[in-house]
Amino acid sequence: MEPPQTSPRQTLLGLEEMELNFGPQHPSTHGVLRLKLRVDGERIVDCYPIIGYLHRGTEKLFELHPFFQNVPHTDRMDYVAAATNNLAYVGAVEKLCGLVVPPRARYIRTLLSELQRISSHLLWLATHAIDIGAMTPFFYTFRERELILDLFEQYCGARLTLNCMRPGGQPYDLPAGWVELCREFVEDFPSKVDEYEGLLTENRIWKKRTVGVGVLSAETALEYGVTGPMLRGSGVAWDLRKAEPYDAYPEVEFDIAVRHNGDTYDRYLVRMDEMRQAARIITQCLDQLPEGPIMAKRPRVLKAPKASEAYYAIEGPKGEIGFYIVGDGTPNPHRCRVRPPSFMNLQVLPEMVRGDLVSDLVAVIGTTDIVLGEVDR
Amino acid sequence: MSDEKPPEQPAGNGEEGTPPPPPAKPAWEELPVDPKVEDAASDPLIASLRAVHGEAIGPATRRAGELAVEIARAAIREVCASLKSEHGYSLLVDICGVHYPQREGAELEVIYQLLNIEQSRRVRLRVKVAEGEEVPSAVPVWRGADWCERETWDMYGIRFTDHPDMTRILMWEGFNGHPLRKDFPVEGIDTGSAIYPELYEDQAGPVAGTGTGWKAPKPEPPVDESAEPAAPEEGPEGA
Repeated sequence: MEPPQTSPRQTLLGLEEMELNFGPQHPSTHGVLRLKLRVDGERIVDCYPIIGYLHRGTEKLFELHPFFQNVPHTDRMDYVAAATNNLAYVGAVEKLCGLVVPPRARYIRTLLSELQRISSHLLWLATHAIDIGAMTPFFYTFRERELILDLFEQYCGARLTLNCMRPGGQPYDLPAGWVELCREFVEDFPSKVDEYEGLLTENRIWKKRTVGVGVLSAETALEYGVTGPMLRGSGVAWDLRKAEPYDAYPEVEFDIAVRHNGDTYDRYLVRMDEMRQAARIITQCLDQLPEGPIMAKRPRVLKAPKASEAYYAIEGPKGEIGFYIVGDGTPNPHRCRVRPPSFMNLQVLPEMVRGDLVSDLVAVIGTTDIVLGEVDR
Repeated sequence: MSDEKPPEQPAGNGEEGTPPPPPAKPAWEELPVDPKVEDAASDPLIASLRAVHGEAIGPATRRAGELAVEIARAAIREVCASLKSEHGYSLLVDICGVHYPQREGAELEVIYQLLNIEQSRRVRLRVKVAEGEEVPSAVPVWRGADWCERETWDMYGIRFTDHPDMTRILMWEGFNGHPLRKDFPVEGIDTGSAIYPELYEDQAGPVAGTGTGWKAPKPEPPVDESAEPAAPEEGPEGA
């Protein structure tokens, strides 16, 4: 776990560089992330992330249970965005086994995914702002997040670890009155995003802390396999919802948010735009919601075909979350690999913070929007 | 996406007055049909890779719209480099390992998932590895291969050559064993004796319910300065 050993250099004024430990217990690391920093005064010379503090052997546990029983394991990886984890997993199982999902289930999945995207971005904004020092957005965003968690609770009984999808469709239909409550929420939501933007977007202090901080060029992002808002903040207009559409996305209209400077401010703007677009998608889904069954016809015991494999990826709030499942003719997966967006996005952290101040490091960790449950699994 | 099967028309029976067949049910009301595996040797990407790398490109298949091709272990870095530079697979999505204990001689496998953003195409590369063999690292091609290969080493024990930092990433340093292999128990191993064999008896480490099993190392016998030592002193033996 040690970085390649080099001794601290003598710097200007004859002072030595200092090796500091950032985390794993630190309020700004958004989980148990440890960074070995080499600093020259306040400037970071190098940064070496050490992860694995939240490793729970999820991929090993997947091999232990049948396909439908693995859905709760997926909730706990990116515990802030459970619905999109569920969706990636059940989509991979469906691709593996040849299941086709009925239209109403696809629309319900899209609704849940977009609500989850808003919820994840609200939490991201709250924690990112509070790390930088702006405490107020936390209280505002959590007010809206409570409404979303209420909607989830009415749908599947859980607020955070939803377990709200199954291979083949949905376990429950939308309860009576859910559509009206969701519509009420989403009609009001754009004005709330205006509130958050009013606090931060033109705020001089916010801009000073985020413009030009943690710049990530498009080439570096592609080199490191970065996806999601981090890639779109650097100018690459790649969104799986448009490029490889799934569920109800081909049937709704929305725009991809792209900015070109690749700094923390741009990624902030991308995520704010994504929240607005998500509200737009939800409205259209509620309008177009079809009637019909919510679960495909499945065999009594769902077995994967022998010697089969499938990779299925969706656009989660953090980036491309994908599952690579190998089937071997039994009801359990032979191998279930999670492609975690936060894991790949965290790799590029040292590139973004070299030469910046330690306080910028905190802003950059926030803008990377990592969830250690997903990084470590 | 919904797939309506077109209703089949029996040839030439319409005039005889037999009722038309009932409309086919949508695909989600029928039991799932396994996607077929097709040979993809005729795919232009495979053909152009074979033209450059020849024998290193193994069999290619297509299933459910996914292209998967087997690559010889020694040539994987060159194949990755040509996929990146000539065919535009600029994004490395993932590298992972798989363990097939029944497959003698090639139990382990490394899977590379690549993405071409411009054309929105994906390809999966498969490298079969025997126990103890090393795979050329893809870090010179995509820097993002760094942590993925570390994780594959950590979880499966597949080493990658020319990797800048081939150390464990999810498990802690000093851990012995490769957890995602099929012969590694899901309940975990006795971490005490696995790492500190001189302090813990085998299978008696700090695992819940079995007590600590820790034994104090035997204290060194006091040095007797007065008498001549009859035999060389032995150090404290491991517990």
